[in-house]
Amino acid sequence: MESLTLSDVEQKYYSELFLSCDVDNTKKVASNGKVLDLFRAAQLSNEVVLQITELCGATRLGHFGRSQFYIALKLIALAQSGMPLRVETLNSVRDLPLPRFVMGKNEQEPRHAVMFADAENQGHYFPRPPLRVQAKKVSAHEMIQPCVPTADPQPDTTSPVVSPHQSPPTSPHAWRKHKRQASGGNVDRQPSVPGVVWPSFREAQPGPVTGDGMWSAHSPPPVQETWVSFTDTPPSSTLPMHPPSAQPESTTVRTGMSAMITNEIQRQTSGYDDPWKITDEQRQYYINQFKTIQPDLTGLIPGSAAKEFFTKSKLPILELSHIWELSDFDKDGALTLDEFCAAFHLVVARKNGYDLPEKLPESLMPKLIDLDDSAGVPEPATEVSFSASPVEVTPNKSPSMPSLNQNWPELNQNNEQWETFSERSSSSQTLTQFDSNIAPADPDTAIVHPVPIRMTPSKIHMQEMELKRTGSDHTHPTSPLMANPPELSDETKLAASIKFPGTSVGDGYSSSDSFTSDQEPISSAVNRQRSHSGTSPEGLKVVAPPPPPPRPHASHSRSSSLDMNRNFAAVPAGSQQPGVVAFPPAVPPRPLPTQTSVPHGHRSVEGDGLPAHTSTSPHQMPEQPNFADFSQFQAFAVDQPEDDEENPSDSGQAERCPEAAGTMRTTKNDVQAEERNATTVNSAKVSTPLAPPPKPVRRRLKSEDELRPDVEDLPQKSNVIATVLATQPSIPRSIGKDKKAIQASIRRNKETNTVLARLNSELQQQLKDLLEERISLEVQLEQLRPFSHL
Amino acid sequence: MAVCIAVIAKENYPLYIRSVPTQGELKFHYTVHTSLDVVEEKISGVGKALADQRELYLGLLYPTEDYKVYGYVTNSKVKFVIVVDSSNASLRDNEIRSMFRKLHNSFTDVMCNPFYNPGDPIQSKSVFFCAHTLSIFYVTIH
Repeated sequence: MESLTLSDVEQKYYSELFLSCDVDNTKKVASNGKVLDLFRAAQLSNEVVLQITELCGATRLGHFGRSQFYIALKLIALAQSGMPLRVETLNSVRDLPLPRFVMGKNEQEPRHAVMFADAENQGHYFPRPPLRVQAKKVSAHEMIQPCVPTADPQPDTTSPVVSPHQSPPTSPHAWRKHKRQASGGNVDRQPSVPGVVWPSFREAQPGPVTGDGMWSAHSPPPVQETWVSFTDTPPSSTLPMHPPSAQPESTTVRTGMSAMITNEIQRQTSGYDDPWKITDEQRQYYINQFKTIQPDLTGLIPGSAAKEFFTKSKLPILELSHIWELSDFDKDGALTLDEFCAAFHLVVARKNGYDLPEKLPESLMPKLIDLDDSAGVPEPATEVSFSASPVEVTPNKSPSMPSLNQNWPELNQNNEQWETFSERSSSSQTLTQFDSNIAPADPDTAIVHPVPIRMTPSKIHMQEMELKRTGSDHTHPTSPLMANPPELSDETKLAASIKFPGTSVGDGYSSSDSFTSDQEPISSAVNRQRSHSGTSPEGLKVVAPPPPPPRPHASHSRSSSLDMNRNFAAVPAGSQQPGVVAFPPAVPPRPLPTQTSVPHGHRSVEGDGLPAHTSTSPHQMPEQPNFADFSQFQAFAVDQPEDDEENPSDSGQAERCPEAAGTMRTTKNDVQAEERNATTVNSAKVSTPLAPPPKPVRRRLKSEDELRPDVEDLPQKSNVIATVLATQPSIPRSIGKDKKAIQASIRRNKETNTVLARLNSELQQQLKDLLEERISLEVQLEQLRPFSHL
Repeated sequence: MAVCIAVIAKENYPLYIRSVPTQGELKFHYTVHTSLDVVEEKISGVGKALADQRELYLGLLYPTEDYKVYGYVTNSKVKFVIVVDSSNASLRDNEIRSMFRKLHNSFTDVMCNPFYNPGDPIQSKSVFFCAHTLSIFYVTIH
């Protein structure tokens, strides 16, 4: 019976119990009364108790010696775990849970039991009834308040020694609901220790420490001491005997911490399942510590200072590094108040045996946004007043814990508000995040507009047309040109005027883009863009991958007025900058040509004179509905050589087309229809009218220098057209004057034709210049591009 | 994607090497080691130009039949090397650059940690660094 092997925990537990029973302090004999009470508290039947007492030999001795007591306890554990009471099994049983005692009046035993149990059996020990807890709480408070230092004799420090061991695991456990009561035991344990609670990292010397002292700020040297003490108390698993010198500090630290935590837990009756939540007291403590390093609570603690501070905790550097990674939320190498609290909290948790999380728990995350609206305290006011409030509050803590509790939430909220404020100000990363969030919105919104797909085939078609037409390598500049007329015809109904300026900005992106900067629906602009990107593989287009094009779209869609301004500015500037399309005045004419081109198409279909049209017109007409401008352009280009013949008539009609006024448009259409019917010559003009309209459309594709002349020419043309139109209606009426009228119209048309021819040549020249520029830019780009292909 | 990522210190010893475990890591160690010569050659080639004029991204250091090796040097002569499997649809240059950018950012975060001594091997406990590098392994960066 004497050969009893106990684990360390059991050893400690049993010695504690023995001491508690050993009221007389005889160290050897435990009174039967207390022991029996204890045994009965084990909730075993009396028979079992008697059996145990018999087995342990107490009956033989008449009293419980230490060994008997231990044996008895072990037997109790056996009995509680349902095993037969055999002396032989005492040593053979492994992992026997500690005997459980549900105590009634006796405070000590449950306390001890709690402590021990928490150390070892994280799930085994059943907490005492809440009632007990309440009593304990009160007693704890009372004990804490006066902080009567009980100078424990050295032998008794075994129990204080124990409690600190218990408290580290207990405190985290205390965070859980069911452990609340257990922590109460620790609280009770506290008085036996020089009563300095954990928040008061001050000198752990026994001495009356008032409640005020607990909560007030502390000097760094005590911090060091307490940090030193941390090393003496490794987390839970073992229960080494501390050197006596370290005991007071460690115990004070430990019990203080646990007491604080347990008090806090007891106060907070609601079940906080979140083990990472920082209690108000803890937060206040962290803040005080923060102040010792950085008086400004909105400031930052530099990394080196934080490193020194946390190194004192004697955690391994790896773990500290991990804690830093978790807590430095904005990765700036410095700690804000929130980050510091989170880091401190993680250190505390780690010291208590909690494993570090992989990810920062949410409750520890620095509040980037002020979530504590419930506090209802304006932040600036909070911030201003806060510095004073803690000082004011802390002295008031001593009266009662409840008052402390009441104040803490407010302060905590204030803290959080303040912290959020500071966090907000200090976390640049969040700002950048916001900014980056805003930025992508624009391209997205711009991307929404385009209806690209439709353009692609037409683009390809246009490219082919262009190739046929020009037979040059510059597919790109012209392909957008091709693209534009169809787009324009399709989109003419849209607010082309608005789109036009918008697209121009995007066109500024590249020389070829400038072609597309004409007035165009955003969709068409996007289509244009896509045509660009599509041709880039083929052609020499150096347009960057998708991102750049949308940007111009965004600007287009957003700042059409801006583009207009730019267009206006470009016109007078007369600079050769690509992309800026300066044809606001041309905007009106542009829809007209397309619209007129459509009617042209219709008319051509309907008109009798169609068959009489030139060879170019028939195949142009069908294209008009879809590619009015394009075909016009084509016709125009094709007709260029022929224009000399048909210039008068062509120019006449061509000028008619760009007529801005819608009314004029209709009249023109009528007139033109009549004209067409009247003269076969005029029928040829139908094709040519298509050509000038493309000019404004093509302006998107061309550089602005080409467009500018167009702008200038168009008004002129429109004037000419107006004059022509004015004269035209009179033609059919007076048959007698037909010949003269026709001749006059012919003359006028010839004039307009020459003007248009001149315009055309100018545009062609501009086109050539732009192409050359584009080639040179591409060459430069190739030179500047790093050797990516290597 | 990348099959091996390496961070090499200024003194040309590795701070961090991680490769896709399917293949022998030793081979990649050797590859990275040999790539250092190319890196040195590239950064010394700039010569008079100071670091700020030199571009950080070095581009393809050299290709082999199985993979391609890309390099990146920071201003403090810390080198990043990424080995990419050639069988991948050839990654665009921008993607490689973004991989290096991510790597650089993660490395900067590690450097910001006051508990990290520059020159120490980057421990696997630096979870964020490892996580980011692993993401380079397995996530196509667009």
